[in-house]
Amino acid sequence: MSSEPLSIVTSELNPGRWLQEYGDFLFRYALRRLRDTAHAEDMVQETLLAALQARAGYSGQASEKTWLTGILKHKIIDFIRKQVRETTVDDIDALSNMTSESGVDDLFDPRGRWIRPPQHWGDPDKALYNRQFLDAFEACLGRLKPALARIFALKEFDGQSNEEICNELGITATNCNVMLYRARMSLRRCLELRWSGGNQEERP
Amino acid sequence: MLSCKNVCHIASESLDRTLSVRERLAVKLHLLMCSACQRVATQMELLRTVARHIRSAEDAEPDSEQGTLSTEARARIRERLRTAGDDPRIHE
Repeated sequence: MSSEPLSIVTSELNPGRWLQEYGDFLFRYALRRLRDTAHAEDMVQETLLAALQARAGYSGQASEKTWLTGILKHKIIDFIRKQVRETTVDDIDALSNMTSESGVDDLFDPRGRWIRPPQHWGDPDKALYNRQFLDAFEACLGRLKPALARIFALKEFDGQSNEEICNELGITATNCNVMLYRARMSLRRCLELRWSGGNQEERP
Repeated sequence: MLSCKNVCHIASESLDRTLSVRERLAVKLHLLMCSACQRVATQMELLRTVARHIRSAEDAEPDSEQGTLSTEARARIRERLRTAGDDPRIHE
């Protein structure tokens, strides 16, 4: 045994440069999913610390960046899971019963008919290439309850299945459905108010 | 008969799972008659498209995205790595 038994395994890892090379990338990745600067910074730190400890297990099959991103993904899931667990019953109840604050339930009357019918958004195909629309989307995501925004991100940015999300977060399929519904309806409503083709007055 | 609220729930779920034949027919029938719910269904799909669009733009040009670690955070993390590291190479 050499005095540096890990030298072969870690030959492609360069921990001394991680922060410099991947710090911003990892930060943006975490920020997009957590939408909180301080939490995103913590995730970067925890990821690099975990990577430091786990570097003996690096197989060299994934690139350094991919490997670090994989660790970060787990850290983010852990973080969201804790958040969802800490809040569970009451909060998910609250999320299910949110009324005027979220603007989801007061869209319908008690019989499930529209009180505030959805408005046209303008041309959906153009929306993607419209900076104002994308800014409004970001702003609306930022106004969602954090737990909703994070589940939406797992679903739509990471493309995870509901089953994966439920398992990882330890929530029921029903809660998952309800939370995604809340997220989508809130975003939809928010965009309706903030964007509407980008050329209309904001409604009250 | 499904209410508009029911239909919006199912429209959301249709993005996450395959609907049963019965659900699909019931929703389709409702959407034919209800332009409000039709609009919601379209907008929900657009939300997905937008999120994926943002994601792929981010993957393609990660540096064009906003957000960099602040100098303070960078220094803090570097220091933390240094103290945690049994590895003398942990420096920039």
